[in-house]
Amino acid sequence: MNDLVIEAHNLTKVYQMGDVEVHALRGLSVSIQRGEVVAVMGPSGSGKSTLMNIIGCLDRPTSGEYYLDGKRVSELKDDELADIRNHKVGFVFQSFNLLPRQSALANVELPLRYAGLNRKRKERARTALEAVGLSDRLYHRPNELSGGQQQRVAIARALVNDPAIIMADEPTGNLDSSSGEEIMELLLQLNRESKTTLIIVTHDPEIAAFTQRVIQIRDGVVLGNENKAGLEL
Amino acid sequence: MKLWQAIWEAFESLAANKVRSALTILGIVIGVGAVIALISIGRGAESTITGSIEGIGTNLLFVFPGGSEEVRNPKPITLGDAEAIADPFQAPSVVGVAPVLTGSANLVAAGESTNTSLYGVTPDYSTVRNYQLTEGEFIDSSHILGRSSVVVLGPDVAERLFGRREGLVGENVRIEGQPFRVIGILESRGGSAISNEDEVAMIPLTTAQVRLLRRSTSDRVDIIFVQAISPQAVSLATDEITQILRTRHRTEIGADDFSILSQQDFIATASTITNVLTIFLGGIAAISLLVGGIGIMNIMLVSVTERTREIGLRKAVGAKKSDILIQFLAESSVLSLVGGVIGIMLGWGISVLVGQIAAAYDAAINPALSLDTILLATVFSTAVGLFFGIYPANRAASLEPVEALRYE
Repeated sequence: MNDLVIEAHNLTKVYQMGDVEVHALRGLSVSIQRGEVVAVMGPSGSGKSTLMNIIGCLDRPTSGEYYLDGKRVSELKDDELADIRNHKVGFVFQSFNLLPRQSALANVELPLRYAGLNRKRKERARTALEAVGLSDRLYHRPNELSGGQQQRVAIARALVNDPAIIMADEPTGNLDSSSGEEIMELLLQLNRESKTTLIIVTHDPEIAAFTQRVIQIRDGVVLGNENKAGLEL
Repeated sequence: MKLWQAIWEAFESLAANKVRSALTILGIVIGVGAVIALISIGRGAESTITGSIEGIGTNLLFVFPGGSEEVRNPKPITLGDAEAIADPFQAPSVVGVAPVLTGSANLVAAGESTNTSLYGVTPDYSTVRNYQLTEGEFIDSSHILGRSSVVVLGPDVAERLFGRREGLVGENVRIEGQPFRVIGILESRGGSAISNEDEVAMIPLTTAQVRLLRRSTSDRVDIIFVQAISPQAVSLATDEITQILRTRHRTEIGADDFSILSQQDFIATASTITNVLTIFLGGIAAISLLVGGIGIMNIMLVSVTERTREIGLRKAVGAKKSDILIQFLAESSVLSLVGGVIGIMLGWGISVLVGQIAAAYDAAINPALSLDTILLATVFSTAVGLFFGIYPANRAASLEPVEALRYE
């Protein structure tokens, strides 16, 4: 079985900060199987965020090759990257990032809108909200929902376009422990049901404990690969 | 479909900041309102002025002595010229001819004294110039033949000499010390573009020739008014008169020693002047529209900064550069379009108000709000919104998603 959804070789990323060159990634390679649940851990400044931005197609590596779902994306143009993000990546952020004046349904519809989908948009958004258990909150605005519910809306938005991977950046960071646990259960449940690859960026070992594999990053390279499920890389 | 959605979303997002949006729109409202009001008032003034020129008489031509400046020793125009122009065989397009002597004179009556324009005229003058009388009668051929000492007064002159405008037939007036009898009073025509038509005294041409407006040769006149049979015949009549006068004055070709001006020439000149005035006023008003546009740009820039995270998120879920561009351009266009529509109504209201104030002061200006003015203002204000929206929208669209998402 060699169905890699993410395949990155020798990624480097150099930022220019004034006169100083900052090497955020120094030849990092990583592969993730389809359907895997992976935690990415590392202290701040380790290059963790840079890696996530590249994997999520928000940014491009300075050098190196990156294949997402079999497609080479390391050299795509801005608009092509936007297309990839729209179709292949679902984002879940620490601070939810919902549009405050729009209903839960409208928020979930947003990716479909940019995909140019007009018919069936409401239907698919409703299905996604039902999948996260919010079928009775379709027309509530974010400020009428609890933190856990807001993150559920964000998860519905991430999966509405049927992406290859869901990137969750500290998804429980702004939640109390019980609703944080609920969110983790929900993410894992979705992974089990739809085989969507789940990548969680966290510094919380308890969250990492939910996953099958933990990738430790330090100084721009992979430091350790702790594989709990016994999957081969 | 996508555009309608963008416009709808723009309305929603502008509604979230009602006071701010309203104030931004106000800038455009004032700009468009000023443009509309000033242009329609200018148009109204133009039609008032051209209307008053038309009131001088219909299908009128003016024949003056003297051609271009190179012509030396121009021959005067004479009564003989006037008779030749009046000949229906030589000039079939002419229906009325009125030779006139002009000057000014001092009038005294009932202890009051005034200076006014004095015209020596023939009976045809009243029809050619379209004059009506409120009382009495106009100068007739027996007055001409008898060189009678009779005068027809304009209403303003009558007012100043006698303090009234009626019941003056039979009164005596001294013109330059000579006694004249009032035989008629002209109907008021108000001020025109050329002169005050109510500020005149008219005496028989023959009386003027021998007693008050003497010229070097006895049959010389100052101007001949000619009426063409129809507006279409004006240029034909001009050609006929030119032929007659060239023959009579024996002028070389290209060296006419007389000039013929038509009423249309005056109207064209007056229109040019008022048009320039309208454009000038509209231009000043357009400056306030420009300021309104800068207001839009300002508020859009604030909005882009405030919504950086939102833009980042939209990009993260797949918005392309053009999607963000359209979103912000839609907002600035909606601002300016709404402002434009309200501004058109405001400008229309102002011009109607000005028209009524002008009417109350007896200066009839009918502000003319035309469709092309409305279209111009709408297109212009939307263009302002688009133009001043481009910079902020472009700034929003070129934000890096990573940076935007991290923005606090």
